[in-house]
Amino acid sequence: MTATPLRAALDVAAVRGDFPILTRTVRDGKPLIYLDSGATSQRPRQVLEAERAYVERSNSAVHRGAHQLAEEATDAYEHARERVAAFVGVQPGEVVFTKNATEGVNLVAYAMSNAATAGKEAERFRVGEGDEIVVTEMEHHANLVPWQQLCQRTGATLRWFGVTDDGRLDLSDIDTLITERTKVVAFTHQSNVLGTVNDPAPLVERARRVGALTVLDACQSVPHQPVNLRELGADFAVFSGHKMLGPSGVGVLYGRRELLEAMPPFLTGGSMIETVTMERSTFAPPPQRFEAGVPMTSQTVGLGAAVDYLTKIGMGAVAEHEKQLTEAALSALGEIDGVRIVGPTTADSRGAAVSFVVDGIHPHDVGQVLDSLGIAVRVGHHCAWPLHRRMGIPASVRASFYLYNSVHEVEALAAGVREAQRFFGVGK
Amino acid sequence: MNLDAMYQEIILDHYKNPHGRGLREPFDGESYQVNPTCGDELQLRVRLDGEQVADVSYTGQGCSISQASASVLTDLVVGRSVDEALSKLAAFTELVKGRGKVEPDEDVLEDGVAFAGVAKYPARVKCALLGWMAFKAALVQAGVDKAREGAEIS
Repeated sequence: MTATPLRAALDVAAVRGDFPILTRTVRDGKPLIYLDSGATSQRPRQVLEAERAYVERSNSAVHRGAHQLAEEATDAYEHARERVAAFVGVQPGEVVFTKNATEGVNLVAYAMSNAATAGKEAERFRVGEGDEIVVTEMEHHANLVPWQQLCQRTGATLRWFGVTDDGRLDLSDIDTLITERTKVVAFTHQSNVLGTVNDPAPLVERARRVGALTVLDACQSVPHQPVNLRELGADFAVFSGHKMLGPSGVGVLYGRRELLEAMPPFLTGGSMIETVTMERSTFAPPPQRFEAGVPMTSQTVGLGAAVDYLTKIGMGAVAEHEKQLTEAALSALGEIDGVRIVGPTTADSRGAAVSFVVDGIHPHDVGQVLDSLGIAVRVGHHCAWPLHRRMGIPASVRASFYLYNSVHEVEALAAGVREAQRFFGVGK
Repeated sequence: MNLDAMYQEIILDHYKNPHGRGLREPFDGESYQVNPTCGDELQLRVRLDGEQVADVSYTGQGCSISQASASVLTDLVVGRSVDEALSKLAAFTELVKGRGKVEPDEDVLEDGVAFAGVAKYPARVKCALLGWMAFKAALVQAGVDKAREGAEIS
């Protein structure tokens, strides 16, 4: 085994020391084993302190006022933008702060609706009858429902890539699905259920050839592996602060500069204008055009601190650590009779969301037993109902790991699943 | 946390050997309920004979709590008057929404008292009420206007 030195790159004990919540107990004194970072991650002290320092020292409205606090707030906000942009390899002007990733997808989808009545520069965003929007069967509802709705508003047609039995994207019909009629190809970089990591290259290439825009859901990839959005080549991408050690209430929409410059706004009002008369208004250049109203600031500062924290540890080390946990989980769960992994059963091109079903026990009941042992997992369809239907199951249990989880916690999960089988009298 | 307090034997028995399961004809009202957070589903039919609940039949998939609750429901309401059934619905709803602070009346709720443990877990209240809300909606569809009032699922 030559990989040993690499695997020592992340000191889990030291990392855990930064997360106050991980020291608490739940359900009558059980140490918390938090395996639900795919839903929301925990925040290190460094993030909490950055938010607190901002609120205690500099809190005021960004991009307004001539006083010192306004200046400091604006600097803090824009500095966070710079660091977030650098983290994913793009320019600060290409980063739009939104409430969350869901709002980012909606922003693009509504901007495309609004293009119908916007100027000539917005022509490439127009969608109507005869046009097609392509998604995949493994999307989170956040990257599916907004596109369904856009199709309903405009008369466009929704089409989608299927998923193979082992949880991979089925690209066999790529040339018939992405055609001259396609206006948007929206797909996830990493499935929040299956853990599958999709290679954006073939989709981006094909979309570019036919002149379609690509929208990448990077919610589960940016927090967990090194991601350079410029290199991936997608036109737009979204991710959420609260899944990458940052606060809730802030997300990111990345858009290629030339596209953001031509795209009409979604929300309108203060901050996003250039000139306003009683009759009409003109709009600010991006990213301000897409940030109407006083923006969230302490959250953005917290996200900047989260990015600093992750950068210091190194995303390569984070990914390597999670790969180790994923391998351990696939192996420990795979050994249990009556447990079926939903998604790839090897750690290749796969992230640390491990979903599974247990024969004879509903996922909700498995989750309840795990909860009684202090283990927090997600149960249900994880906002990917069509995917669960495709996999032939109504729901699943999902354990999702992050940099602060240990192999010991993976073992506790497997022991908990066996305990559920014992309690409900199934399995061996 | 004591798992046995939540998953009492009565609940597990109903889950493993559900009463009244299956969809039957004829029926006067029907309802399909789903728990959007977890995907649990229940389709339920009610047949009335004048003021009596003559039959409740159902099918669905979901966790032990939702399925056992539907089974207990059929025991409690079939053969009763609509008024009695509605008062049991009210008592059951009060129990499971009571955060563990409501003392159930065994004379009214019979096996339903076993759900007292579930009441301590807010995330499972919807599971326990799925069948009951389907029953309520099916009664409305069957023309029982007074079923419109009272308990709501959330």
